[in-house]
Amino acid sequence: MSTGSVEVVYRGIFQKTLAKNICRGVVFAAKKAGKIGIAFGRYSDSPERNGIPAKQFAVVSDTEEELEEYLSRYEPDNNDVTIAADDTLCKGVESWAWYGLQPINKLLADGGTLLVTSTQSPNKLLSFIHRKGTPYNLALVRSPASFSGLWVYKDDHTDVRLLGALAKVAPHIVSLEAILETIKEQWKDDNKVASAEKAYNATESHPVSAEQGNEEVPYEFELPGWKDMEEGLVIRGISAEAQSITGRDDGGYVPTRNTTFKKFSTRSMRPVINFDTCTKCTVCWLNCPDTCFDITPDGFYDANMDACCGCGVCEAVCPVADCITMVNEEAFDGNDGQWEAWNKDKEAYAGWLAEKIANKPARAHGFHHVGQYAEEMKNESA
Amino acid sequence: MSPPKTATAKKAEAEGPGGPSAGSEELISGSEAIAHACRLADVDVITAYPIRPYDTVMQYVSQMISNGEFDCDYIVAESEHSQFEIVKHASTVGARVFVGSSGVGWLYAFEALAVTAGLRVPMVAMVGNRALDDPGAFGVEHNDALAVRDLGWMLCWVATAQEALDTALIAYRVAEDQRVFLPCAISCDGAFLTHSQSIVNVPSQEAVNSFLPPYERGDKLLHPDNPITIAPQANEDWVMEIRRQSDAAMRRARGVLIEAYEDLNAKFGRGGEPFIERYMMEDAEVALVGMGTLAMPVKVAVRKMREQGRKVGFVRVRWFRPFPSEELQQSLSGVEAVGVIDRDYGFGSAFHSGVLANDLRSALYPVEHRPKIVSFVAGLGGREVSTDNVIEITDKVFDAAGGGATNDQDTHWIGVRE
Repeated sequence: MSTGSVEVVYRGIFQKTLAKNICRGVVFAAKKAGKIGIAFGRYSDSPERNGIPAKQFAVVSDTEEELEEYLSRYEPDNNDVTIAADDTLCKGVESWAWYGLQPINKLLADGGTLLVTSTQSPNKLLSFIHRKGTPYNLALVRSPASFSGLWVYKDDHTDVRLLGALAKVAPHIVSLEAILETIKEQWKDDNKVASAEKAYNATESHPVSAEQGNEEVPYEFELPGWKDMEEGLVIRGISAEAQSITGRDDGGYVPTRNTTFKKFSTRSMRPVINFDTCTKCTVCWLNCPDTCFDITPDGFYDANMDACCGCGVCEAVCPVADCITMVNEEAFDGNDGQWEAWNKDKEAYAGWLAEKIANKPARAHGFHHVGQYAEEMKNESA
Repeated sequence: MSPPKTATAKKAEAEGPGGPSAGSEELISGSEAIAHACRLADVDVITAYPIRPYDTVMQYVSQMISNGEFDCDYIVAESEHSQFEIVKHASTVGARVFVGSSGVGWLYAFEALAVTAGLRVPMVAMVGNRALDDPGAFGVEHNDALAVRDLGWMLCWVATAQEALDTALIAYRVAEDQRVFLPCAISCDGAFLTHSQSIVNVPSQEAVNSFLPPYERGDKLLHPDNPITIAPQANEDWVMEIRRQSDAAMRRARGVLIEAYEDLNAKFGRGGEPFIERYMMEDAEVALVGMGTLAMPVKVAVRKMREQGRKVGFVRVRWFRPFPSEELQQSLSGVEAVGVIDRDYGFGSAFHSGVLANDLRSALYPVEHRPKIVSFVAGLGGREVSTDNVIEITDKVFDAAGGGATNDQDTHWIGVRE
């Protein structure tokens, strides 16, 4: 008698089909082993928006009764495997505004496995992933994040590769044989079977100790009782003083922001700004839907990386050809401001900027037409 | 169309011999009485969309505005949904609002009705009760207003134009009380009340001002100086607490209503008992229960039967939400049988009863001496309920009380052609 569960944390819209394919694969494979399973989504934000952290689950049991017991809860909170379909989700997820940034491994069972698609090193990822307090494993599938669009699925085998890796790290949930058979049946593609098997063999798993990881303490809160909640569905505005938001004492301007809900975990790309070509035209500042531009003392607009959710509007509206460029989020560690770095050393900043743009050209926003992936592959091999 | 009414505002200011509360005597309909209440309550924003019989209120309000007797923003919306949404928003920025509709018009606004209650907006509405389509019909049925009975709307039925006016003032006072902050709908039977004129005492402005304080949202006012947001999205960690707050507000409304009626009785010398009206109930062996203008034929029949020595009384339910369980238990637990006359239907409900009968059965279940409860449906689609109908009903209730064959586990349709 046993039940196993897999949590898939993915980016809304861009990875919805990917997450669904993984969960469906788990359920079908479990059926081959005489088990019973179910796949479901738990929306954080419905309808999903581009890039917002969202979740799907697959639960597999030996018996129907056992499965029911599991499903009578809102969501599994003790998962054998948590899959982060984009490694930038390792920085944490904000599923609802009032919960703040929560660790990617929060719903992972002690001794479970966090499975991440990433081209980064385990140590690099562990600098983002919050300390769990109990040991677990970090397994990697070597691949950049796979992002699709609203209407088109980027069929780049990431789904089957993750299923192959899952068989390696959690054979008690799905065996490799069952996974391969399922892929053959469901996808009818021998190349995908080969991809899954290859991923199975290549998956590295690294033990993580209780104390390893990002030392930042996640936001904590207690839910108030109904008598303590304000009547009339009133939510007070945030006062800058009460939130002790650090204003600029250098003559610049920082708008009041919610310090609990920063929104940056939605970001899969970020803008980098060339202050040397900026004309201070204010268009980015005016059009940013999240008021994320701070005004510097010398009148530039510096995108605040805590508040930016990476929508790309600033790049789209900027009238200067090379001033704002959206760059894959994977290229960055922290949320440091760019203007300060530029102000300190313009030459070094220019080098940094060029490197960021050159090294991470992949567009993480959307996938727009059938055949796009084939075109990309062609360009890459050319 | 009748000629414009005389400037009642001027008249109301003239003090009569009864002191400051004395107003003027007017021959007006239930709809016009509601319009007078809007004027006296100095309502800031009124939205309208025509539908019979509620539209008569629109006519009287616009007449008062045109005569310079009443100053308010009067907006004719493009549908009932917008009509209710506009006043909902106006209320959150501190405007006292009035709105109303009838039948399927009320239901066209249903989404707005739900969010108004959910958001705790103290809107006052008049429902000119009208049968729901289909068939397209103008006559009274109570199912329109009753549709919102579980959403957090306070709901009441009035029987006379005087009661309509007074109850509208009560509605503003209670809905806008910060202990309550719930919307309130005043139901007026179509035709029988909305279109029937009777002599009404229209109180003076001074008297109304002494009874009805201004609408204050305090720190819940949507204003640039008070940065708040209202009506958020919430997930499963919050919704139940928010519902529990509405539940608590509806419970508190009971006490606030009692206070308001006490004050109305003291200042106006009328108003009566808050939740129910008891008619010849002192030594009653059986009782009839109903709402709205049904009271007229029932009272006539009760008097007739009393003359014959039959001990029957009548309880008129004035407030349906909050439901007066205590008063009904207290007034009905002594009788042997109760006949509930619903001017509405509850197809497929317990014993196929109307809505009032089902709630009443629930309320009386815990009492020690539980009377038999026989449910009746009558007067649908505006059909007249005659005194003979009421006597027929009472015969059945007496029969049930005496252990006769009358079925108390089914609903009797009265006045329907077989």
